[in-house]
Amino acid sequence: MTGHLVLRVVAKLLLPLILLFALYVQFHGDFGPGGGFQAGVIFAAGFILYALIFGVRQGRRVLPGWLAHNLVAVGLLIYAGTGVATLALGGNFLDYNVLAHAPAEGQELGIMLIEFGVGVAVSSAMIIIVYMFAGRGEDDGEEDRE
Amino acid sequence: MSTFLGLYNYWIVVLLMMGGFYVVIAQGNLIKKVVGLNIFQTSVFILYISMGKVHGATAPIIARGYHLYTNPIPSVLILTAIVVGVATTAVGLALAVRVRENYGSIQDDRLTEEEDGEPGR
Amino acid sequence: MLAGLYSFVSAGLFVVMDAVDVAFTEAAVGAGISTVLMLSTLALTSRRSKRSIRTRALPLLVVLVTGTALIYGTLDMPHYGSPGAPANHHVAPRYLRESMPKTNVPNVVTSVLASYRGYDTLGETTVVFTAVVGVTILLGVRRRRPNRPRDGGDDS
Repeated sequence: MTGHLVLRVVAKLLLPLILLFALYVQFHGDFGPGGGFQAGVIFAAGFILYALIFGVRQGRRVLPGWLAHNLVAVGLLIYAGTGVATLALGGNFLDYNVLAHAPAEGQELGIMLIEFGVGVAVSSAMIIIVYMFAGRGEDDGEEDRE
Repeated sequence: MSTFLGLYNYWIVVLLMMGGFYVVIAQGNLIKKVVGLNIFQTSVFILYISMGKVHGATAPIIARGYHLYTNPIPSVLILTAIVVGVATTAVGLALAVRVRENYGSIQDDRLTEEEDGEPGR
Repeated sequence: MLAGLYSFVSAGLFVVMDAVDVAFTEAAVGAGISTVLMLSTLALTSRRSKRSIRTRALPLLVVLVTGTALIYGTLDMPHYGSPGAPANHHVAPRYLRESMPKTNVPNVVTSVLASYRGYDTLGETTVVFTAVVGVTILLGVRRRRPNRPRDGGDDS
């Protein structure tokens, strides 16, 4: 069990750093390399690391399947919702100029909102995909449809 | 010689692309086909990104003091393509798992002979 | 393992070619998620591949002919790194010039992805969503014993 002990300790130390780095990449995507996709994948990698080392069942207790499924849809809805909001405020679809008092401010706000939506959607998508693959091998007849 | 120095990036891409293509059409194992498809995909990414590079330029992040930037548009296209590629790879591998569960094999010559023999084992 | 190494090396190549966003994504996605997916699939199917009985000559011929045609096609392409290439003159200078004043975002790749080409990114996020739906349909419903032969009826 010694080998697993090293893995568990290192994973527990690294996980907060991974999630924090993912948030940094998400919100600094405007100033350096990064943005929604990269941040989503790194965020998912943290949860996948946890599920790989501590078992998929334990991983599902931390982030349940139904929550991940809902978050994919919520991420996509944030993106499309921003577009509908710009329609409601009088501009074209996904025209961020109308979101704030000045066009440049509106663009910044719009970009940040949709990158957040993309980040949420991509991270939940990766987590669901790995849950589906890793959970398939367990053969105890547990029903998984939520 | 200057032709080689100017075009070597395309030839490397063609080499990788043909490697991936060969794996897709010559291998019988479904998972190896998916790996070949991934090699093909990555070679196409390298093609697009190498077309956008400008000598002596820096990454396309506007900063003071830099005047020459690499073309940002191929980066945008390929960013999307990478994420879509991993999503389709996931679907392809899920299909391979289901094929294995229903038919017992992922070698396509064994799958075709079973289809010609008796369906629904 | 080799697939992960291949993705990592290609990410290094992308950095050399100044496409840092793409390198970031390729390193995270290719060396991380793809490796996990491949290993899971190998664990769920079989670890070794059986010998294939098909001939190798025809695919090799097809590959050689296609490769020669492609190399012939690249002889007219602009040289690597040339600033005068047509790809660098259509809308790219306009985006590079106007990104800072119009959107206040220094990372031109993000501003193009999210603002100038925001509609495409919406479609791409929908593709990721659809792939999740596909994987859930294929792998989400458990059978009691996955290796049981089909008995002619779907009883899920």
